Amino acid sequence: MKLYDFIWLVPLFPLLGAVFNGFVSNRRGLSKTTTQSVALLGAGLAWIYGWAAVIQWFFTEDHTRAYSVTAFTWITGGNLTIAGGSTAAVDIAASFQVDPLSAVMVGFVTFVGFLIHLYSVGYMHGEPDRDYARYFAYLNLFMFAMLTLITGSNLPVLFVGWEGVGLCSYLLIGFYFEKDWCAAAGKKAFIVNRIGDFGFLLAIFFAFYYFGTLEFQGLFDAMAGDHGGHYATAATIIGLLLFVGAIGKSAQIPLFVWLPDAMAGPTPVSALIHAATMVTAGVYMVARCNYFYQMSPTAMLTVAVIGGVTAVFAATIGLVQNDIKKVLAYSTVSQLGYMFLAAGVGAYVVAIFHVVTHAFFKACLFLGSGSVIHACGGEQDMRKMGGLKKYMPTTYWTFLVATIAIAGIFPFAGFFSKDEILAKVFAAGYGDLNHHGGVYYLLWSLAVIGAVLTAFYMFRLVFMTFHGEFRGGEEAEHHLHESPWTMTLPLQILGVLSIVGGFIGVPGFLWGHPEHNLIDRFLEPVVLHMDHGGHAGAHPGLGLELGLIALSLAAAGFGIWMAYRFYFVDREFVRAGKLAERFPFAYKLLLNKYWIDELYAATFVKGTVKLADLLWEIDARVIDGAVNGARHVTVGSSWLSGIFDLRVVDGLVNLVGRFYDVASLQFRRLQVGFAQGYAMVMVFGAALLLGIFFVVNL
Amino acid sequence: MDTQYGWLLNLICYLPLAGALLMVFFIKNENVGAIKTAAAIIAGVDFVLSLPLWFLYRTDGAEFQFASRAEWITSVGAQYLFGVDGFAILLILLTTLLGFISVYSSFTAITHREKEYYVFLLMLQTGMMGVFCSLDFVLFYVFWEVMLVPMYFLIGVWGGPRKLYAAIKFFLYTLVGSVLMLVGILALYFYNAGGLKAIGLAGLGNTPTFSIPHLYTIAPQVPPELQFWIFLAFFVGFAIKVPMFPFHTWLPDAHVEAPTAGSVILAGVLLKMGTYGFVRLSLPLLPDATVKAVPWIGVLSIVAIVYGALVAMAQKDMKKLVAYSSVSHMGFIMLGMFALNDPGLRGAILQMLNHGVSTGALFLLVGIVYERRHNRLISEYGGIAKVMPVYATFFLIITMSSIGLPTLNGFIGEFLILIGAFNHSWVWALFAASGIVLGAAYMLWLYQRVFFGELANEKNKSLKDLNLREQWTIIPLIFLAFWIGLYPKPFFDRMQPTVDRVMERVSVALPETDLGFVSGGDTDADHAEEPESKHGE
Repeated sequence: MKLYDFIWLVPLFPLLGAVFNGFVSNRRGLSKTTTQSVALLGAGLAWIYGWAAVIQWFFTEDHTRAYSVTAFTWITGGNLTIAGGSTAAVDIAASFQVDPLSAVMVGFVTFVGFLIHLYSVGYMHGEPDRDYARYFAYLNLFMFAMLTLITGSNLPVLFVGWEGVGLCSYLLIGFYFEKDWCAAAGKKAFIVNRIGDFGFLLAIFFAFYYFGTLEFQGLFDAMAGDHGGHYATAATIIGLLLFVGAIGKSAQIPLFVWLPDAMAGPTPVSALIHAATMVTAGVYMVARCNYFYQMSPTAMLTVAVIGGVTAVFAATIGLVQNDIKKVLAYSTVSQLGYMFLAAGVGAYVVAIFHVVTHAFFKACLFLGSGSVIHACGGEQDMRKMGGLKKYMPTTYWTFLVATIAIAGIFPFAGFFSKDEILAKVFAAGYGDLNHHGGVYYLLWSLAVIGAVLTAFYMFRLVFMTFHGEFRGGEEAEHHLHESPWTMTLPLQILGVLSIVGGFIGVPGFLWGHPEHNLIDRFLEPVVLHMDHGGHAGAHPGLGLELGLIALSLAAAGFGIWMAYRFYFVDREFVRAGKLAERFPFAYKLLLNKYWIDELYAATFVKGTVKLADLLWEIDARVIDGAVNGARHVTVGSSWLSGIFDLRVVDGLVNLVGRFYDVASLQFRRLQVGFAQGYAMVMVFGAALLLGIFFVVNL
Repeated sequence: MDTQYGWLLNLICYLPLAGALLMVFFIKNENVGAIKTAAAIIAGVDFVLSLPLWFLYRTDGAEFQFASRAEWITSVGAQYLFGVDGFAILLILLTTLLGFISVYSSFTAITHREKEYYVFLLMLQTGMMGVFCSLDFVLFYVFWEVMLVPMYFLIGVWGGPRKLYAAIKFFLYTLVGSVLMLVGILALYFYNAGGLKAIGLAGLGNTPTFSIPHLYTIAPQVPPELQFWIFLAFFVGFAIKVPMFPFHTWLPDAHVEAPTAGSVILAGVLLKMGTYGFVRLSLPLLPDATVKAVPWIGVLSIVAIVYGALVAMAQKDMKKLVAYSSVSHMGFIMLGMFALNDPGLRGAILQMLNHGVSTGALFLLVGIVYERRHNRLISEYGGIAKVMPVYATFFLIITMSSIGLPTLNGFIGEFLILIGAFNHSWVWALFAASGIVLGAAYMLWLYQRVFFGELANEKNKSLKDLNLREQWTIIPLIFLAFWIGLYPKPFFDRMQPTVDRVMERVSVALPETDLGFVSGGDTDADHAEEPESKHGE
């Protein structure tokens, strides 16, 4: 039996879990044991089945083409005339696929997802039974949506997952909905994402218009078969519009504002949804639709610039935040920027590689922060932490490992992926990719600066949280404890992966064996290969490559050293404080996140609300005023006609009556009954008539 | 025309009326329990009887099935002609379902003059179904007008504080429209029969008839100028019913003042009369004028989408918010319809059902808290998800359906409408798609203010969650929302013959150049669309 013929079972298992927990467990208030068993079963089956199916597929099928299965016919929209005058049917099937990219995504999403379910069992144990069930229903529902997103074989099915993860994100951010700011953060996330979806939808329409299909394989084939560059315009339009969607989902400039607020959700959610999986959906989508970008230098450059700028921009904000989760949130935005930067230079495989390693170490970091927050009784301010190392060693060590990984120190996972991104961006500059070499060099230098900043803020976080003395007061210190095994086990597993995970993408070309880079070799067929102009084939030499590696290590080392000076040696953070005093504006600018939220609130949000109020006024006064005016005119004119009727019409009638009255008074005199009088009138009349005849006849 | 099971259609149509009459004569005013039971049974049986239409309708059969015919006013050529196609069947099923739900949901909401209330509700149902069944213009017009009367009383007697204002506004506004529609009908009739000598048109000299299927056949012969005027007359009648911007202001008043069931029927079915009229009459009978009207109606629809959403955002009253959201959603339906292509029309027809389901459910849901608190102001609520979790869940699902979340019904309709509109002009799609962002904004903002946050208001702390009866008024609609969202194919199968025939009839007037954007390259065609886009802004 081909397991991958039923690949749709992978999203279905967690869906069933969600339905059970949402409608049975939550309503009936079933025990936590039942709830968590069902939820773990849902996520676990997805994991086991997903891996089994992918492995079977790996050994049996051709990797160069997507293996697609149709579950059922979904939308039958009839025929539409498309570009070139031909007709295409808007028939959209609920179909799912296995290909190298989906396989990689399924591989890590099911696995990390399961670990986070397990972790949640420990983390959420204090919740009431019903809320516990609600939480797991949402979490399972998220797995369903995410797995639909990555296994869907056409744009609309991807969009189902895309919106589905948005819904779950909304529900989970607003999980503690009694708190106003949590509810507001959820709504913000949904609406900002919708702005992105707006672009996504338009991209779907353009894609259908140009290609008459929305299946990934069909689009790939169409683009691959286009040797004359006929689809260049189409590729640019669709690529840019899809990227609008990616900007929303993956929190890039200018739509990144929802992600930091999303930390209002429970911490495992931050780890799963807002770090490891959902937010990388944008990167996945760009990698999936790489054929559009490959064909469009403009779209590529846009992706690279937005990614590169976001990477540094978010990192600078991360430098000064004191909320442990906020630092990690901005770090996520920054790392996502790196992924887009990679995609923007055509290194989609590397982008996905970073998605995978990032999932390991960022999930580990978030879960670690959850463990810390758990121990500190909900406190998230790092200024009230410190010295936690001795109370929670497992958390500390796993956290440290993940931090080294994200900083990019050899041989931890982040080193391989991040270094490869830097190398590819440099190579884009070196090879003058699409003749935009200068811009790519600039982006590379930004990325190096970002690497310094990343190392700095991450080690700042570690030093402030785990080193020094505890600053949260004696009462709180008393409660400090290591977390239960359900929480530490996922940390340990993710910690190990943060160390070794990078070896799936070792830079084999350094020793003359590019095929040692497993992920590169595996994902290769997914990317449409193009000649990108510039000095084709111009690659930096081996020496230069090694120099770049040394440079990126030096950058990370420098960041760590700075953090060490400011936050380890100086236990009271006096020097950091002095620095802030010397540059008060810069400090405030970063602390307040460049006032972007305030700016948006004052312009877009307020503007929309004001416009709505204005239109409502117009509606009530002008449009409805016209209707009511018509009423008044009608009523008024009917009053007038009443008067008219009474005075004029009726007056006329009366006048007629009166006329006859008066006239008859006169004529009455004629009829007085004297025969002589009648005879005389007759004679006179006859004479007159005769006279007239006479005259006329003459 | 296929007359098999013709009696069934008549039975479905007149059963509510007959039941209402029996109630008038045989149940005492005081016997409230019996009144409710009887009304629910009548509406329930009617729904069950209408179900066979779904299965018996043959998509490969005659255009109109379940037909029946009788002589009526032979001197003018008006006859009693009933018959339905897949499109009408979908709307009839929606009507019978919402009819039953509105009766069932009124049990505790209506506490005075119960008998008249249910009698009017049932009469209204016959009126609405008559419109969907009639294939003769005179018959159609009679039902169209008859329908107004019970609704007028439902608002005027059982409505809110400004019920008289709202009822009269509703009645007169729609009457203005329907009278103009009558003029249009007569013009068409006289042109077919003897000509309009007064304006110098020779006419066709056929046997005088009001039969709609017959008039379909002469449609291409009606001169464009005459089509224009008839289209305009129909347009006013239907646009008021839809309601299209700027004829919409009767709607919020009528909705706010109407009792819950009245709002459900109003939003669910009465508004569909307008869109039904466009699809059944304007498009196939007046293809030339239809094609010419496309840019204008497109722009009005886009304005309705954006404007309705923005005004909805400004509302403080929940019912008014939902009412304005209807303006926005109906704009989508009109836009899809006048994209004049397969997906647009299919999406529009599906969205008619979707709007009935989602907005009907929203009115039911708002009615439920109104019944408990006698207040619809959003600011009076907040945090009630804590005390009414089931209610909150239902409301969330319907909210998601309303804002077009994939896997729920709204998405399918909006997706097809937008892809259809896009095919006509990408600028249309650009502006219309902004409606989905605004839709999410006002609905989620409403949801946040009502359900989330702290449960601050003392009066809300003792709110009871939905009882079983209330749950069962919503559950069928939620079921439908998921069904249409996940597997809409059976619905598309049933509407396909109608869509094909309408497209066939309209396409005689579609000039080749109109497909310029589609068939030619992209550059020159884009320019061709620009004048319209300017209006859109």
